[in-house]
Amino acid sequence: MQFWIVQTLNSLALGGLLFLLASGFSLIFGLMRIANLTHGAFFMLGAYLGASLLRYDHDLGLWVSALLAGLAVAALGGLLERFVLRRLSRNPLGQVLVTLGVSFIIADACLMAFGGDPIPVPTSRALARPMFVAGFVFPTYRLVVLGVAILSALALHILLDRTRIGAMIRAGVDDPAMARAIGIPVSRLFTLTFCLGAGIAGAGGVLAGPIFSAYPGMDADMLPLALIVVILGGVGSLMGAFVGSFIIGFIYTFGIALVPDLAYVILFLPMIIVIALRPRGLFGRLAA
Amino acid sequence: MKWIPTALVLAAAALLPLLGGDFYVNLASQILVAVLMAASLNLLVGYAGLTSLGQAAFLGVAAYTCAWTGVKLGVSPVVAAGLACLMTLAVSALFGAIALRASGLGFLMITLAMSQVVWGLAYRLVAISNGDNGISGIVRPSPLGLSLDSPGAFYWFTLLVVVLALWFIAILVRSSFGATLAGTRDQPQRMAALGHNVWLIRFAAFMISGFLAGIAGLLFVWYNKYIHPSALSMTASAEALLAVIAGGSGTLAGPVVGAAVVVLLKNYASAYVERWNMMLGFVFLLIVLFLPEGIVPGVKRLLGRGR
Repeated sequence: MQFWIVQTLNSLALGGLLFLLASGFSLIFGLMRIANLTHGAFFMLGAYLGASLLRYDHDLGLWVSALLAGLAVAALGGLLERFVLRRLSRNPLGQVLVTLGVSFIIADACLMAFGGDPIPVPTSRALARPMFVAGFVFPTYRLVVLGVAILSALALHILLDRTRIGAMIRAGVDDPAMARAIGIPVSRLFTLTFCLGAGIAGAGGVLAGPIFSAYPGMDADMLPLALIVVILGGVGSLMGAFVGSFIIGFIYTFGIALVPDLAYVILFLPMIIVIALRPRGLFGRLAA
Repeated sequence: MKWIPTALVLAAAALLPLLGGDFYVNLASQILVAVLMAASLNLLVGYAGLTSLGQAAFLGVAAYTCAWTGVKLGVSPVVAAGLACLMTLAVSALFGAIALRASGLGFLMITLAMSQVVWGLAYRLVAISNGDNGISGIVRPSPLGLSLDSPGAFYWFTLLVVVLALWFIAILVRSSFGATLAGTRDQPQRMAALGHNVWLIRFAAFMISGFLAGIAGLLFVWYNKYIHPSALSMTASAEALLAVIAGGSGTLAGPVVGAAVVVLLKNYASAYVERWNMMLGFVFLLIVLFLPEGIVPGVKRLLGRGR
């Protein structure tokens, strides 16, 4: 019983982290039609920044360092969009290649700056302490990650569906040319969305730190998970990213625990089924 | 007279082991494997308009099948090679059937995700792949009783295989199949309206591309006599794609030039700069921003302007 509860909780926490990663990827793809392969590297960079901030000042706390690291990664994303991707707006293949190149640069820079050994990210004592509910032990931090993911999903939902800026972003997703024609500053929205997506990934990386540590290769581990999530859920759909994240979170966690050798193959199955039956993904409106 | 440059390059390539030392001969073998890899990918990227970021998966499947059957089951290198080809074709069919449900960026994302799954298997499926230790002790074949153990002999063998493969690609893209393939790249809807089965044409191209990458995988594993999961990492797929884009996609000479540039950069620059991955990233940036059409079309354009 304990096994199932703990693994379920681990699945939910992984699903939450995947949502923080995949929602930004999905938003960027939906609005700008850019498959941002730098996203895994943004996540890893966030984890490393969080680890070094907490190491530099123990009293800073996880939340402040997640915020700071998120802002830093968002700024980097903004620079990438404004000065590189913007120049290639008529060349989607070129944009993908550039994001791939930048992800190599970031990954190698992290290796150079932080070394090859995993860096554990400490949590505050309150978050590290296990919770006892009805005789079972719960790792508190995993619940906190889940809570953060749900809150971010709600915040993103409100931002996209209930605010003026969200309406403009949705208009840009549906028909960029028409949105531009009626005076929506689409290119400024592009930069904003890119910053937002990158920032969420960066902050998510910090929150992943206490669970995974920051380690070289984290980007290559996380990027395919994010891709599978958005292929499964449907690109450009927040709901798709949310549902897809938790499906993959469960499959991956239980796969690793029950059939460790084949966890990667099992991961592959939901994607095959969805692509075969519904190529646009569970909740997607766009054909990828 | 268009065949003269090709003949000169071929003659120079064939004479290389008589002129250069073992270091250069081995470097040239590495370039040839990269050329075949890039040429196989170019069939998809350049001629079918389908950009794949998972080509290293096919190299890996062939290399691991050959290594596993040869070392652990003890079959002869020729049988191992045959099994590797069959396995590569099977995996190509599976991946093609899935990835070709999409095109454009969706295709790219699916091929990337699938190749990362193969990479993850190579690391995790320790019972077959030995995980991070890799598989060593692979024996090179000896076609017609000739040993391929010396660098020169292996180089000539590789040169023969790669030239045959390139010749095959050259015939293929000039055939009616090549014309239909280019049609599905430029005007998929019109091709479908004309009664062509766009999906089937793309699927055939995907299978051929995967098979050729598998041949590159055999050469790769025979050259190194060792296989490690890093050979099918995203970096490996990205290097192949960079070779195609840098040389000029959709041209026959492009992948040859591009692969040579990438391998030489990797070998020479890494002697001075420790960080190959970072350099790879910057090369990507520079090529895309300043030479988007690639080296071969770029040089052709410059020469044309001079006239």
